[in-house]
Amino acid sequence: MARQDPKKDVVIVGLGWTGAILGMELAEEGLEILALERGPGRETVPELRYPEMIDELSYGERHKLMLSPRQSTVTIRRNLQETARPMRKWGSFLLGNGVGGSGVHWNGQTWRPQPVEMQLRSHIRENWGEEIIPEDMTIGDYPVTYDELEPCFDRFERVAGISGIAGNINGEIREGGNPFEGRRSRDYPMPPLPLTWNGVKFSEAARAMGYHPFPRPGGNASTSYVNEYGMQMGACNFCGFCERYGCYQYSKSSPQTTILAALFRKPNFSHRSGAEVLRVEMAPDRRSATGVTWFDEEAGEEVFQPADIVILAAYQIENTRLMLLSGIGEPYDPVSGTGTTGKNYAYQITGSTSLFFRDEHFNPFVGSGVNGACIDDFGMNAIDFGAEGFIGGAYISSAQTNGQPIRSMPLPDDTPQWGAGWKSAIAEWYGHEMSISHHGSVMSYRGHYCDLDPTYRDRHGRPLMRITFNWHPNELRLNDFLRGKIETLAAAMQPDLVSHSYKEEGAQYDVRPYQTTHNTGGTIMAATPEGGPLNRYLQAWDKHNVFAMGAGAFVQNTQYNPTGLVGGLAYWAADAIRRQYLPNPGPLV
Amino acid sequence: MMKTLFRILAALVLLAALAVAGIILIPVQRTPPSEALAAGWTPAPGAGEYAMRAGDCLACHTADGGADFAGGRAIESPMGRIWTANITPDPETGIGNWSLDQFRAALIDGLRADGAHLYPAMPYENFRMLTERDIRALYGYFMEEVAPVRNPVPEPELPFPFNQRWGIRVLNWLTLNHDSGFTGTMGDPALDRGQYLAEGPGHCAACHSPRTVYMGQDGITADDPAFLTGGHIESWEAPPLRGPQSVLREWPVSELAALLATGRNFRTTANGEMRLVVEHSLQYLSQDDIIALSRFLKALDGQPHDPPEAVAPMGPAALMPPEADAAGAATEALLSAVSPDMPLGARLYVDNCAACHFSTGRGSPEIFPALQGNSLVVSDEITPLISIILDGAEVPGTAARPMPLVMQGYAGRLDDAEIAELASFLRRAWGNDAAPVSADEVARIRREDRPQTR
Repeated sequence: MARQDPKKDVVIVGLGWTGAILGMELAEEGLEILALERGPGRETVPELRYPEMIDELSYGERHKLMLSPRQSTVTIRRNLQETARPMRKWGSFLLGNGVGGSGVHWNGQTWRPQPVEMQLRSHIRENWGEEIIPEDMTIGDYPVTYDELEPCFDRFERVAGISGIAGNINGEIREGGNPFEGRRSRDYPMPPLPLTWNGVKFSEAARAMGYHPFPRPGGNASTSYVNEYGMQMGACNFCGFCERYGCYQYSKSSPQTTILAALFRKPNFSHRSGAEVLRVEMAPDRRSATGVTWFDEEAGEEVFQPADIVILAAYQIENTRLMLLSGIGEPYDPVSGTGTTGKNYAYQITGSTSLFFRDEHFNPFVGSGVNGACIDDFGMNAIDFGAEGFIGGAYISSAQTNGQPIRSMPLPDDTPQWGAGWKSAIAEWYGHEMSISHHGSVMSYRGHYCDLDPTYRDRHGRPLMRITFNWHPNELRLNDFLRGKIETLAAAMQPDLVSHSYKEEGAQYDVRPYQTTHNTGGTIMAATPEGGPLNRYLQAWDKHNVFAMGAGAFVQNTQYNPTGLVGGLAYWAADAIRRQYLPNPGPLV
Repeated sequence: MMKTLFRILAALVLLAALAVAGIILIPVQRTPPSEALAAGWTPAPGAGEYAMRAGDCLACHTADGGADFAGGRAIESPMGRIWTANITPDPETGIGNWSLDQFRAALIDGLRADGAHLYPAMPYENFRMLTERDIRALYGYFMEEVAPVRNPVPEPELPFPFNQRWGIRVLNWLTLNHDSGFTGTMGDPALDRGQYLAEGPGHCAACHSPRTVYMGQDGITADDPAFLTGGHIESWEAPPLRGPQSVLREWPVSELAALLATGRNFRTTANGEMRLVVEHSLQYLSQDDIIALSRFLKALDGQPHDPPEAVAPMGPAALMPPEADAAGAATEALLSAVSPDMPLGARLYVDNCAACHFSTGRGSPEIFPALQGNSLVVSDEITPLISIILDGAEVPGTAARPMPLVMQGYAGRLDDAEIAELASFLRRAWGNDAAPVSADEVARIRREDRPQTR
């Protein structure tokens, strides 16, 4: 018999970016809120403190901040015929854990989607006709437009403290920014960080080829920053320990630096760590939720937490799993194409070229998570899908995020992997390499989806999430197109040596090497209940008091890092709950 | 001859004995109210709690982990250890049986209900300036709004003669001869309000004024030339708040107000006892009062004191870290060059400190304090600096700046010789000019009880 705790107005599952945002927005309504976080509590000091944090073996290699696969993991297969196997060590992506969620260990790269990405199917229909869309591609329009979300993007960028330079303010194209971006109502709240030498070189070469380079926007502070809650960041020092690490000096945008201490002061908000939510409980008529059942790590027992509103604010994978485990939306069936929960899982495609210069010193240990120059000349809105034979786009950038010795030792092709030859190559080439990479969109397909694994279960006996995903010829053609652009750019820079890392034709998804933690879809938003389990306000169509945040709502992935859209959608949903749902609880559409 | 001498001696002894007997036995006088309030006068709701915050009663009268106001916090006075009193309305161990007159006398005469003298760790010299309205509000608050807690507090651990409370009576004849109550002298109601907060409840002079030879505050009111010209509290230097040595000269009113309200401003953060003052007292004052207090301090020093529009306004705001100035240029060049043969202290700075405090030594506004010109870094009192390097520092979160700013300690990472090199570097870098620190001094501070910096 589960323990039952006193009722709350709102229970929030997961205390990362979206849990913190929803917590703050709803706390300002005076609601009694409890946030339940699966992992441990984390503060800058002591958990993220210097110098313990900059331990590459513990955090970079052994993923000390991440979810332990032993606690929960996912199973992966590449098609419907394969048997999925559990990931026992993270590779392709890293699942966060603990207060702050993935907002603790991300790089900070923050973009908005392009307006055409939000209305992608319409964009294609109007320009080329739907017949260019492959038969198995299940892309759609988001049921909300860029213009509707613009104030929400702006709010997130101001709360999170984003550095950058606007390229388009209310339609006016501005020198130095990204001229291909959607309109912004105003500039970023902080100026961009200075570029390291690789970024300067890349920008010069790109400009000479007629492209439009700009510094990457993101959540590494370029100045001291104070946000609307009085929360603070200090200027980044380019220590080169962002991704996989917590920032020991308050310079990276995170729930810790921008929301949590202000939220924790609110008497009507409380949170528990070591609190893994097992399922959402339903009323007898199954038209609304009554609360959640969670496992109290400290007491070693299950607890029922009654609540009027349930906010699913876990990562895309756990949100999808909780919805499947709790019967929210119909499970998606890839054979019949019916059902919605689990549909349209997507990812990100990347590839890169390394440039080696004997006489250049890049000092790779000087880096930050967002550091880099970018071009968006091959983005979604700049590509003729009909002529190129694929649907997608990418930004191209030269990043320098770190020079960490275990994992960041780029060497020319044919260098021995160990021994004297490897050592002498390190001595010869460390610090003489820069890279140019692309970060491309991945469309949604009928056979790419999430469901409950039939075999593998977690320690609570719940099925693991099973992901079925593979590279599709559409993305491999995009990748090949971008490779050509990058190699031309690289050649113009006249390096002494180059090496390439791209997926080849026919490549299959490999879960071992790290790629991106940009898993999307599964709980997509849609204009009708047949299209996806969530409506345009991220409200479950069939359970009016359940809202699900995060990149699970992405109809298809965009060409950008997802956090800007995740943050924007969170404010969009919070506004709908505050202004529409609370005065009149029920379906908002 | 011998007989005469004996008689004189005997007479002197008798006189002395009579004097002592007088000091001990003549009943103490309780100062009457400074204002006769109308019958039926009652304080506004919340006024008592607000006056408690302004007087910072909670910080001293609460032990770590103890109940609010139940006393038992150790105060290390120059004469020995004193435990603060239980001021909850518990009738046996607190002040539940005290009359208003007894309560007032504690504040303005330094007298217990039984007539015994309080040790001057209780700032009754300053509370003597409290208005009768605030005293009445405080009395109502402690009697009616604070929960009684039974908590007996030990007697002070003082050697003879300091354990003789009657001796304080002599001290009070020397120090406690100013009028009770408050009359502003700044010629402006807002500045007078600031003066009241500083002189009376805020008891700034208790730390920031020097002490006379007989341990009284040298400078209790704005008229005294030594008022707030700098003092000491335990091992901390309480820097001067006026005069050419005062860093406040370089701060606009808005930045002084920000430090008081949030423990952080464009140059520095509150450390030591001041951190506790921000945490328990100043962050609860109204914006108007913080501005009044800040303006008064600037006006007292003859500096411009136009009121700012707001104290520590909410963002979004991007605040650019300052570039190195002329005095700091050479040090910045040394640190930026990171030559392999740079001095050990400078190298330790690069490896451990520069991330936040930067090679400019000027930090980043509102979050990383500047070390250039930092009074704590260059103080003759080295214990706070060494303690912060060992244990770290923490600025509490406040309503306007909720994030606690925590610096981690380096006790486990740097040895005594390294900390001495590092501290000596800091004390000479960017134009700082203070004496070096030795490894022996660091070893002593590491070994001994040192002030809590977090």
